[in-house]
Formats: sequence, C-alpha cells, structure tokens
Amino acid sequence: MLKIKDLHAGVEDKKILKGIDLEMKPGEIHAIMGPNGSGKSTLASVITGKEDFEVTQGKILFEGEDLDDLSPEERAHRGIFLSFQYPVEIPGVTVTNFMKTAINETRKARGLEEMPANEMLRQIREKAELLEIDRKFLSRSLNEGFSGGEKKRNEIFQMAMLEPKLAILDETDSGLDIDALRVVAAGVNRLRNQENAFLVITHYQRLLDYIVPDFVHVMHDGKIVKSGTKDLALELEEKGYDWIKQEAVL
Amino acid sequence: MDLKDKLLASFMAFENQVDIDNPVHEIRSEAIRIFENKGFPHRRMEAWKYTSLAGLQQVDFSIFPKESQGLEYKDVKRYFLHETDTYKIVFIDGIYSSYLSETTHDGVDICLMSAALNKPMYKPVIELYFNRAASREDSLTNLNTAFTREGAYIYIPKNKAPRKPVEILHLATGNEASLMLQPRNLIVVEENAELQVIERHQSLTTNEVLTNSVTEIFAGQNAIVDYYKVQNDKQSASLIDNTYIDQKKGSQVSVHTFSFGGKLTRNNLNFHQDGQHVNSVLKGVTILGEKQHVDHHTLVHHQQPDSESHQDYKGIFGEQSTGVFNGKIIVDRIAQKTNAFQQNNNLLISDKSSVNTKPQLEIFADDVKCSHGCTVGQLDRDALYYLRTKGIPKREAEALLMYAFANNVLESVRIPALKLRINKLIADKLEVRLGFDL
Repeated sequence: MLKIKDLHAGVEDKKILKGIDLEMKPGEIHAIMGPNGSGKSTLASVITGKEDFEVTQGKILFEGEDLDDLSPEERAHRGIFLSFQYPVEIPGVTVTNFMKTAINETRKARGLEEMPANEMLRQIREKAELLEIDRKFLSRSLNEGFSGGEKKRNEIFQMAMLEPKLAILDETDSGLDIDALRVVAAGVNRLRNQENAFLVITHYQRLLDYIVPDFVHVMHDGKIVKSGTKDLALELEEKGYDWIKQEAVL
Repeated sequence: MDLKDKLLASFMAFENQVDIDNPVHEIRSEAIRIFENKGFPHRRMEAWKYTSLAGLQQVDFSIFPKESQGLEYKDVKRYFLHETDTYKIVFIDGIYSSYLSETTHDGVDICLMSAALNKPMYKPVIELYFNRAASREDSLTNLNTAFTREGAYIYIPKNKAPRKPVEILHLATGNEASLMLQPRNLIVVEENAELQVIERHQSLTTNEVLTNSVTEIFAGQNAIVDYYKVQNDKQSASLIDNTYIDQKKGSQVSVHTFSFGGKLTRNNLNFHQDGQHVNSVLKGVTILGEKQHVDHHTLVHHQQPDSESHQDYKGIFGEQSTGVFNGKIIVDRIAQKTNAFQQNNNLLISDKSSVNTKPQLEIFADDVKCSHGCTVGQLDRDALYYLRTKGIPKREAEALLMYAFANNVLESVRIPALKLRINKLIADKLEVRLGFDL
C-alpha cells in the first residue's frame, strides 16, 4: 500500500528526514516511535503533502502511484488521512458543515454523486456515537475552544467518516486522559479491517497497549534506526531512548 | 464649470422650486454658505487622506433629475427584500415613486420628507429634530442640507412599533448622462418605540451616479432601532453616506453596513450617546474586487456614563480594491464606566489590494473599558493545509475560510430574510458554492 524509498526532506536549508525506508501492507498497523525532534511529525507532513516541506531525494509510492506531484487534497481523495497532533481551530465553520464539505468534495473527486442529506446525517450520528461525541458538539465551530481530548476525538470522528485506506495518527494520545484514550483506541480498532492500514506516531508506549501494532519503528535524527515487533515498544518504555541514540551513533 | 460652482449656481434655481418662507429654508441657506466656504473635502485633510473625490468633481453631473420614466416592479423586484413583507419608500432618480412604494400613517408615519416639510401637522417634529443631529461643520453634510427636499420620513411615536420592516430604496435610471442625488432622511423613534430599516442605493445604468446622502436617526429613551445598509452598486456608482444617530437613555441602536460593490463608497457613521445605559452596535462586512473603494469612518461619542459601544468590521479585498477603516471613539470626562469595543479585521487576497486601518481613541474619563484591535493579513496557511488534508480542495478551502471570516458578523442581523439574502450575497461575491448554510 505505502512504499517509502530513501526519503530525504526538509525545510529550506534544514534537512529533517535523512533516508527513510518503510513499507506498509493493507491490514497492518505500524507504530513510529522516537524522541522529540527525530522527524516523526515531519514524516506525516511529507506523506500528506504539506507545502512547507521539500522532498530532496527518494520517493513515496501509494498503491504504486508516486505522490510527489499530488496536492494534499489529491492525496486525501486517494485515501490518505492525517489525524493532526495539533488540530487547527476554524471559527465560523461547524463540525457538521465541515464534515459535509469534506465528504462531498471527496466523493466529487472520485466521480461519485453527493451523499444524500439524510444518509449524511445518519452516518454523522452513527460515527459520533461510536466516539461518544455529544450531538451539541457537532454544531460547534471546528476545534474552536475544544479541549485537547475533544480535538483528538474529533480527528478520529473525521477518520471514521472519511474511511481512509491509510490513516496516520500523529500523537493522537497526547493530551488524552485514560478514558478518552480508551474511547479513541476503541474507535480505531472498530475501523480496522483487512483493507486499511494505520501509521501510529507516538512518543509513548501507552497508546500501543490499546492499538496493538504489527511493527514498531524507532526514528532518530531523520532515520528509522530500529524496527521490530511490539516488544520493541516495551523495551523502549523500559530503557528510554538513550540506548537507541547510542546505538545509532555506533 | 467645476462641480462646486455648478452646485452653487444650481442652488438659486433650487430656491425657485421650494417654499423659501418655510423655516427650514433658513437652515438650507446657512448650509449652502458653509459649503461655499469649505468646498469639497480634499486629500490634504486627515479624514480624507485615502479617499479622493477629485475624479468625481470632474464629472458633469446633472443636479436636477428629469421626471423619470416608470419602472415595473418586476424589473426592480430583486433589489427588494421580497421574501418578506415590508413597507417601502422608493425613489427613482430622487423622485418619489408612489407606484413602487407602500407607506403608512396607521399609528406611525412612514412616508416622505417632502410631505413632512410642507404639511403643518409635521411641523413640530421637523422643528424639534430636523438637522439637530447632523454635523454643522461637515461640508458634504451641509451640501445635502442645503438641497433638502426629498427622502424618507419615519416617525414612530412613543410605545409603537410598525408591524414590519421599512425598506428605503433609491434607484437611479440614468435618463440623464450623469446624475447627482442628495436624499435626506429623517427618522424619529420615540420612547419605547421600535423600528427596523433596510436602506439601499441602486443604479440601473452605466452612466455615472453620485449620491450624497444624509440620514438623521433619533432614538428616544429605551427605543430600539436596527438599521441595515446594503451597498452592492454598479461600478459606475459612488456613494457618500452621512449617518447621524442621537441616542437617549437606555436606547439600543445597531447599524450594519454591507459593502459589496460600487466605485467609491464613503460611510461616515456617527453615534452620539446622550444618555446613560445606551448601547450602540456598528457592524460591517466589506467584500470588494475590481477597483472598488470603500472608506468606513466611524465615530462613537460617549457623552454619558454606563454606556456601551461595540464595533466589528470585517473586510476582504481582492483584485485592485482598496479599503479604509477609521474608528474614532471619544469618551467624555463624565462618561465613566463606558465600555467601548472596536475590532477591524482584514484579509488581502490579491497583491494589488490594500487597506488602511486606524483606531482613534480620545478618552477623557479614567474608569472605562476600551479595547480595540485591527489586523491585516492573508488566509491562515495552517488552516488551509488542515482543510486540504481532509479532502477539501484549495479553492473551496479558501472560499470556506473567507466565508466563515465574513459571516460571523451576520449573527446580529435580526431580520431572517435579510440574513439569508446577505448570506447568499457573500457566497456569490466569493464565488462559493456551499452545500449548507453556515
């Protein structure tokens, strides 16, 4: 599904990603861990096409297609989704209206008719329930004045609505208390199937107790320095990141 | 002959057409003298630094319109808020159209300035209110005062409220090559009375039209007045709007100005708070393109304690359009506990558009809350990226953000049909096709 080959990317003169290789197949959950500043969020931004970053070497293939020339919305229309670490506040646009626009623009790009209003409403209610989101919440301005937990829950709600093939969850666990974490993780697990894949970026092992990864990769200084199974995450939890850093230097 | 000389010469002809024995004529005569002394404002004056009337003064305007040809309602229906029932005071080329109007004298007077000036029964109101709020110094206001003859006259006595809003519509057909119009409106809303007004100036011609309008609004104790100005005129039409509001104790007056078109628009909006517990609301949405120019000059004068004013102006400037916001707040020494809020936010969506924004605070009381803020910027890049990653294309994402930016000013519009209409106008103006109502 996703093939990243020798990816180098950065902002202006600053190199951030220094040769990433990663392959993900449908049905898999991959976790990316690593200390702050190792390039985890940059990887998410580059996969989703943020214009601030420039790819200087290597490529990203999604279902065999090179993403390089595609805009963020074109990537979204192909089924790539990013749950933001810091969702942006958009005053004046309600959650419901944003969702309707996102769904219908995606459908339009895929050559489908707009979703009928009653079907849209039904889906919004169903998915909101899945994430234990209050109805009133849906008529509030997108992310404006939301608590950290509400913002993250709202991101996963959007994911549930858009049903992406590849979902990137960037630090979805940060700012969540344990109850919210359970709700979010249960949502993710419900949406998981043999056709989609998840890339879970996290600093801590905690989230991986609930969303169990097939593979764990550790990033340091713009590279994946170690890959393994979920046991690697436990090892990191126990020993911290210092030994990885030392290993990387050696 | 330049426009000033032409106007001065025309005044003599004008005197042959009106009753010069009417006491109002003394006010006219005084006003023309002041205009003669001051002339048109020019860019060396601080208040006119960014708006030039020089070009307009070169135009050979016709001062006295010919009797206009009739217009069919169906031709002008779209300029009315036809989705809802309203009283209508309609002028074609400055002349009252009884055919298109719907006036009333049923407990309230919603009629004509010419009638109010000439009929003895209105004399007490005219004596008490006419030219009492308008500036005696401003040259363009004086010019309008000098040519006072026609406009809307609305008188709502104590404890009354008309059962529907009033639309004041000024249409210009352009039977003349170029036309200058000077409507004069007087609106008196007495103690505990209420009124809603929608005002629009609309040119139906590509000939040049210049309107120099003066509106005086008096809100008595605890009166509630909502005034909406819809400015979406042709590229050949210019408007100088001078509105003066006098508020007594406990009154609430709001003025919303929607500026979406016209060649040059200057809004001089003046609030004088003459009582305690007064609330003044000034809101504006400006969305311009082409070479359009809109200049909002607001003044809120807090003259008594315990009152509030709330200003919120949003502007979106595309192509080569230019905007000005100058918000002046004066708080007199005795006006303690004043709460004055002012906000002006602007988006520039083209490299060639520009805006000049300036708050001007003169505060002489020490126990007041005054806040002001202005921003000029582009659309938030992070917000755009966020929307795009969720599948909303760039153009739609930009439109959505602009729409949301402008639209929150509409929250305080209290006529649902108007709110919907303005909503659609904003969407049209931004070329957004939205599958929902915000």
